[in-house]
Amino acid sequence: MTARVLVLVAVVVLTLALGAWWRSRQGAVRRVPGAAGSAAGGAQDAAHSGAAGAFGGGDSSAAPWRDAGVRIDGPTFVQLSSEICTACRSTARVLRGIVEDRPALRHVELDVAEHPGLVRELGVLRTPTVLVVSAGGHVVARTSGATNRRQALDALAALPAREHAAADLGGPTGVRHPDHTESPERR
Amino acid sequence: MTANPADPANPGATATGAPPAQIDARGPRFGAALTSVLLAVALLLGASTAGLVVLTVVAAGFAVGAVRGAQHTWQGWVFRTLVRPRIGAPSEVEDPRPPRFAQQVGFAITGIGAVLGVTVTLMAVPVAAAIALVAAVLNAVFGLCLGCELYVLGRRLRTRAG
Repeated sequence: MTARVLVLVAVVVLTLALGAWWRSRQGAVRRVPGAAGSAAGGAQDAAHSGAAGAFGGGDSSAAPWRDAGVRIDGPTFVQLSSEICTACRSTARVLRGIVEDRPALRHVELDVAEHPGLVRELGVLRTPTVLVVSAGGHVVARTSGATNRRQALDALAALPAREHAAADLGGPTGVRHPDHTESPERR
Repeated sequence: MTANPADPANPGATATGAPPAQIDARGPRFGAALTSVLLAVALLLGASTAGLVVLTVVAAGFAVGAVRGAQHTWQGWVFRTLVRPRIGAPSEVEDPRPPRFAQQVGFAITGIGAVLGVTVTLMAVPVAAAIALVAAVLNAVFGLCLGCELYVLGRRLRTRAG
């Protein structure tokens, strides 16, 4: 019986550690190295430049997006969602709130079930995944899991400086829009 | 501006479909806490007939939730009749489909454990109970649906194989 109690305690402790790690990763912003305007550059997350394929890095255009039926004509939040995902709803609310007062910025929500090709090419492993796509069709930053307002604005800062300024996107911490309260919708 | 399914400029853009009636988000998490306790008991009973019985009870609850949704399980009933009247109206409601998917994943794990426990070896009982316990505790404590996290991965593997 003592052995079983120890097994139970070990399972619960490991589970709590796993959950705490998962929660800390929710909405964490990863800049895509090599993408246009990514000041961070470098090889901080090489795995994702590979996964992003034609969508990341140097000379891609809006063509891959057009093939998938997604119009990119300015900086865009592309959110990949699924029916069975609770955090997708809260993340969509956050992104809608951000694009509402930034006319140059768009939010497009796609269902992973209907875009298997995009999901594979973009290396999407979970929902929600949010991609910040520049006007040129490059993925410059991404987050996954429940994403709050601060994290989404932080991801926007990866856009090329010119696009960022032209779209009046505000500072990386959203200081230009203090009228909006932070909504820490982490779940 | 936000693209919606009717956006003619974005034929590929489809927001996740019109959601069915929302449920109290605290219900499935409370249910997962009750399930966690039962699974912990099953794990403590180990490779025994008693453990098998407890695991089967849990699997039966998941079966109902898998078909009808988490709000229709006995845990959902306990939440509605005993807990919710005491804690008041919910601050957050959610789509019932993710919790229902979680119930389906729970049913798969505990159902396979119970069947193997009857047909092959009773050792399958504590193993299945431990795996299901991880998922149930993550759900109860963190609101994390393990099956939902693995959903996209599962889809990709399926389309690759198909």
